Amino acid sequence: MSDDENAQRGRPPRERLADDMIEQRPTGERRKASAALDEARLRQQAIGVRLRQMFDQVVNEEVPDEFLDILRRADSRSSENG
Amino acid sequence: MADDTLRRPPPTAADDEAFKRELVQLIPHLRAFARTLCGDPAAADDLAQDAMMKAWDARASFQMGTNMKAWTFMILRNQFYSEKRRSWRQSQLDQEAAERTLVAVDDPEAPVALDELRQGLAMLPAEQREALILVGAGGFAYEEAAEICGCAVGTVKSRVSRARRALHAILEGGAYDRDGEPASEAMRSILADAERLSTVR
Repeated sequence: MSDDENAQRGRPPRERLADDMIEQRPTGERRKASAALDEARLRQQAIGVRLRQMFDQVVNEEVPDEFLDILRRADSRSSENG
Repeated sequence: MADDTLRRPPPTAADDEAFKRELVQLIPHLRAFARTLCGDPAAADDLAQDAMMKAWDARASFQMGTNMKAWTFMILRNQFYSEKRRSWRQSQLDQEAAERTLVAVDDPEAPVALDELRQGLAMLPAEQREALILVGAGGFAYEEAAEICGCAVGTVKSRVSRARRALHAILEGGAYDRDGEPASEAMRSILADAERLSTVR
């Protein structure tokens, strides 16, 4: 089986794996590198999505009444003074 | 800031009203940012409330129409670090609390990957973590994040990129994909969750 056939079929059959790891071919290497880059980019995107979701989950929580109460009290204090 | 207060006329009731409206809309974001800084949800809400009141008290120095979100985030961050300096004991507990509950979410349905991301974030140096959160989750431009953190734009950029790389490596369990190793369990669940989310949206 040629290198190209291997690449087209995705992963080589199991028994060829060891051969492939020992015999590093330049073209396969390049292809692997660019695939790894895409993969890394994909994972970074996944982390980004997660990160935003984690933050937004708190943003979407209901704001405890305490916050508005405190602000209301401060506001009425300042309008009395002013 | 103090000089501005002296020069500008005192705020009118209408100014206060407009300021308050905008401030109220920022509360959820302040809570989320506070949660990433101090972990424990109750302590985070205390911090967010303090920051909200500091912003309210300083409203005369805020120029309406400029970026109030960045301004309040800066207040919250300063508040957090000044409190931390005041109490060494608390800062010792912070790390533990962060590892336990960084951005603890009340939702029992929250995907598993959140836990791993939380733990990964807790392992980053604080300045990398906050830069990544401001830019990656808070929706701030590098310039705004630099203003909030009081550092140069280039510094924020390099912190964010170092944080991204480090987080990736942590989630991969140190087995970066160079050798064709499969993603670690953590990364796998994050990928699965992200896939699920992208189909939902």
